[in-house]
Amino acid sequence: MTTTKELICISCPMGCHLKVTVDGEDIQVEGNTCKNGITYGIEEVTNPKRIIPTTVIVENGKLPRLPVKTSEAVPKELIFDIMNEVNKVKVKAPVKMGDIIVENILGTGANIIATRSMESL
Amino acid sequence: MNKVYDTVVLGGGPAGLAAAVEAKKAGAQDVLILERDRELGGILNQCIHNGFGLHTFNEQLTGPEYAERFIDMVKDLNIPYELDTMVLDLEDKGEVKRIHTINEEDGYNIIDTKSVILTMGCRERTSGAIGIPGYRPAGIFTAGTAQRYINMEGYMAGKKVVILGSGDIGLIMARRMTLEGAEVEAVCEIMPYSNGLTRNIVQCLDDYDIPLKLSHTITFIHGKDRIEGVTIQKVDEKLQPIAGTEEYIPCDTLLLSVGLIPENEISRKAGVEIDKRTNGPVVSELRETSIPGVFAAGNVVQVHDLVDFVSEEAGLAGKGAAKFIQNNLSDNISFTTETDNNLSYVIPQEIALDNVEDAVTFYMRVRNVAENKVINAYFGDKKIATKRGRKFVPAEMINFKIPKSKLEGYEGKLRFVLEDK
Repeated sequence: MTTTKELICISCPMGCHLKVTVDGEDIQVEGNTCKNGITYGIEEVTNPKRIIPTTVIVENGKLPRLPVKTSEAVPKELIFDIMNEVNKVKVKAPVKMGDIIVENILGTGANIIATRSMESL
Repeated sequence: MNKVYDTVVLGGGPAGLAAAVEAKKAGAQDVLILERDRELGGILNQCIHNGFGLHTFNEQLTGPEYAERFIDMVKDLNIPYELDTMVLDLEDKGEVKRIHTINEEDGYNIIDTKSVILTMGCRERTSGAIGIPGYRPAGIFTAGTAQRYINMEGYMAGKKVVILGSGDIGLIMARRMTLEGAEVEAVCEIMPYSNGLTRNIVQCLDDYDIPLKLSHTITFIHGKDRIEGVTIQKVDEKLQPIAGTEEYIPCDTLLLSVGLIPENEISRKAGVEIDKRTNGPVVSELRETSIPGVFAAGNVVQVHDLVDFVSEEAGLAGKGAAKFIQNNLSDNISFTTETDNNLSYVIPQEIALDNVEDAVTFYMRVRNVAENKVINAYFGDKKIATKRGRKFVPAEMINFKIPKSKLEGYEGKLRFVLEDK
């Protein structure tokens, strides 16, 4: 059975309109302007994923919050579980951009990493 | 007091950082950045979401990461900067420009410089600017203010949220508040189309089943101390509320994402000519304003939707400032630009081809959604270039690059027209 889905690629702000045709194992992506569009199209119909940007509490820092993100896209259905885990985390300044804050969050293989450096007070 | 800088950059956000870096690389020796906030990076510091940098760095970064890369470049080039410093005034004294500043440590100060780059960015339109009927309780924020509270200060703005306006910051905040446990009841947009990027509708609203109510606006704010709810109403083609379509939505927070205004108080006072369509300075190919030696770039010139293009534009201004102090900047204007009524503006407004290396990128926006159309560029009756696109929408800035070779040999006005394919 063949099914067709119309999607908008979120890989970048171009927002290409994709047409994804699924025929059993065979998945065809049309309308993309780069290879990221193919990856996004296939994942979106098989295992949709998102990068989660959020913050954690930072103690002794110049500011009270440290921005973080998942180092790679994680399954969409885990977003709120990951948020719950990340909200329990407290770190101490100084922190360097790229530092791993939580390793392998909920077994996804993705790390939670700092997205800025934070000097200590 | 005796020192005269080569280039002083007003504002240390994305435009200011890129402008300073490029000015220094292009030969300006004494460069200084003035920033009123407690750190460099500007609005990027609170934009913790990803999607920045695909054009500039070829990878997907968050706002703070994008900022830190540029801040590192500024530090590597030993460009000095002053934080917590407010620029009060800019005066054109001919040979030098005089900048009046104030900060807590040094008090009032005067800085003289050969060239200036205006990179003050823009600010959000507030509830005062749009005049919603009803009460004026607590709990009404611009989307950017709520973003700063949540992402930088660690305060949650509210629990039950309605968002007015579908600008990108509003969409991003709909997702952000949802992730932090708030319920976002609706995003209301008065226009029949969204003002944000399509990808943000998908990943911020659709992902979380947040309804986007197009052709809807808020017609009453309820609640005396804290906001208790809003009345929303459908609007007709003339954007007038339709009687009988009232709907009450209870909420404790209202976020406004209703547009951005370039921050040009200093530019205006200094006598810089302002374009009524962009509310920003009239600029040349290297972003020189009507005052020689004063350049401008980023959201102070035109409200951009991608920071990558802010950096690109700021690079031009940095190059321009460096050329100016080296007496290498031509003021021989080859032609000016204009648009038909279907396009709301075009940047730059003046072009001196002597300063152009290989091409000029013209930035513009359509007034309404345009499908099956192209944008043609004309000198008189002569069509010199065509910009194609799947669909042009007001929320997405169009960049139309024309090679220098196609622009040579003409004078007068280069006119951009939206036409059928």
